[in-house]
Amino acid sequence: MSVSETRRIRLPRPAHRIPSWLRLPLEWFALPILIVLAWSLISIVAPNPRFPAPAMIGDAFVENWINETFLTDVLPSLGRLGLGILLAIVLGIGVGVLVGSIKWLRELLEPAFEFFRAVPPPMIVPVLVMVLGADDTMKVVVIAAGAMWPILLNTIEGVRAVDQVQRETARAFQLQRWHRLCFITLPSASPQIMAGVRQSLSVALILMVISEMFLASSGLGYRIEVFKQNYAYAPMWSIILLLGLVGVLLAVLFQIAERIVLTWYRGLKEAERA
Amino acid sequence: MRGTSTARRLRPVLLGVTGVLAFLVIWELATRLGWVNARYVPPASETLAALGAFLLDRHFWRMVGDTMVTWAIGMSIATIAGIVLGTVIGLSPFLRSATRTTIEFLRPIPSVAIIPVAVVLLGPDRDASLVIVVFATFWQVLIQVLYGVADVDPVARDTQRSFGIGAFHRFFHLVFPTALPYLMTGIRLGATVAMILTVTGELLIGAAGIGRLLMERSTVGDYAGVYAIVVTAGLLALGINLVVRVVERRVLAWHQSVRGEVLV
Repeated sequence: MSVSETRRIRLPRPAHRIPSWLRLPLEWFALPILIVLAWSLISIVAPNPRFPAPAMIGDAFVENWINETFLTDVLPSLGRLGLGILLAIVLGIGVGVLVGSIKWLRELLEPAFEFFRAVPPPMIVPVLVMVLGADDTMKVVVIAAGAMWPILLNTIEGVRAVDQVQRETARAFQLQRWHRLCFITLPSASPQIMAGVRQSLSVALILMVISEMFLASSGLGYRIEVFKQNYAYAPMWSIILLLGLVGVLLAVLFQIAERIVLTWYRGLKEAERA
Repeated sequence: MRGTSTARRLRPVLLGVTGVLAFLVIWELATRLGWVNARYVPPASETLAALGAFLLDRHFWRMVGDTMVTWAIGMSIATIAGIVLGTVIGLSPFLRSATRTTIEFLRPIPSVAIIPVAVVLLGPDRDASLVIVVFATFWQVLIQVLYGVADVDPVARDTQRSFGIGAFHRFFHLVFPTALPYLMTGIRLGATVAMILTVTGELLIGAAGIGRLLMERSTVGDYAGVYAIVVTAGLLALGINLVVRVVERRVLAWHQSVRGEVLV
């Protein structure tokens, strides 16, 4: 076969056309900026009060949130969210370790737990409002009760899957129960536990908002209701922005926590791959 | 020999049933003996009786049907959109890196934040409810499809490239089978999320379904009915979960995760 007949092999394009210091910021910000520009243009050409321009949403954001409402509505909401998640983690891991390490207890409780996990958490909000009233306790309990199940069931699963050899070695060396828990069971279950925590975070955030929509007088969920009743379009959009930022903040915090907790695990994975 | 293996298989079932029964008994006792306020927490027997009465009630079944329809429509839209966009973005390294920050910002927005905007745009109805269902479910599917499409074996990809296999075959014989296990994970996670947001829409927006029925019963003061609806929601979600798992096993019957470690 002659040279002219072979197809030209397409080489990868040289990657140096964009200077390297510019590439990362461009990757990060090009599309968001494009979207905001396009949105602004559309709202100038065809203004629609329901889709306020990004600049107006920005104004509403500053006007509504960068003042004392941050202290009276945003921070208390976030505090309850944090407390609820913390409670869910403590309860989930505590009960999960107990139930996961005792076989008959696990078999006894797992079906009931599977059912509790299946109940869509928002359904329990009206029930808990009824039983506990619409105070801070109820809101924290709602968040914890909804966010607990993924952590609990994943912990059970993780504890169950602890390496048999490790467990028996620990027993042969007569490691104390406490040491066994801290050095074998919990580390070995931690990837599963973290996966459960990740699932529970988004549920917790939803529950934070919903719990503040019933009979509330403050908080982010309450603000949403007020804006909705007043047909305040720009503030409505600003709350999406605010809750998006809260979501990103949660995701970043989780990633940091995961990196700390699972350092050994990533090291192990890399060692296996090498 | 057979007897012991049957007993071993029956043991978890029996214990599990015992656990559920024990929970019901404790619930019953707690209300009968006054450990909790019986006005707001009706006994288990009353709740089950209310559930039984619902089963004969046509309004109840219509509400269950409405919930399932909203769930199914939302799930379908989110899945199709997730597959299409996930494949388009996932196959192009340029699009993948260009969309990353946007996706990472939009994804964690809790759907409930969109409720006011959805309601003013579409009215307090199923449409507004669907917006939040689709928004929440879409990300679950999209992220998994993105991972799945990126997971294509480089050797297989280079092989098909050197054999000059066209884009159509490449998608159906290489990309799709690789992404399928990821897609099924996305659908499984999405199914749960879609159910959560479906009842949320009914509770908060007032779209027809068991969520609205719960609010109605709660306003009338029929607390046993309220608890019966919570149990119904749990059973529905459990049923959906079960069906999705069965479908997943069927669809991935060829895949190693289901087939077990026969060969590598």
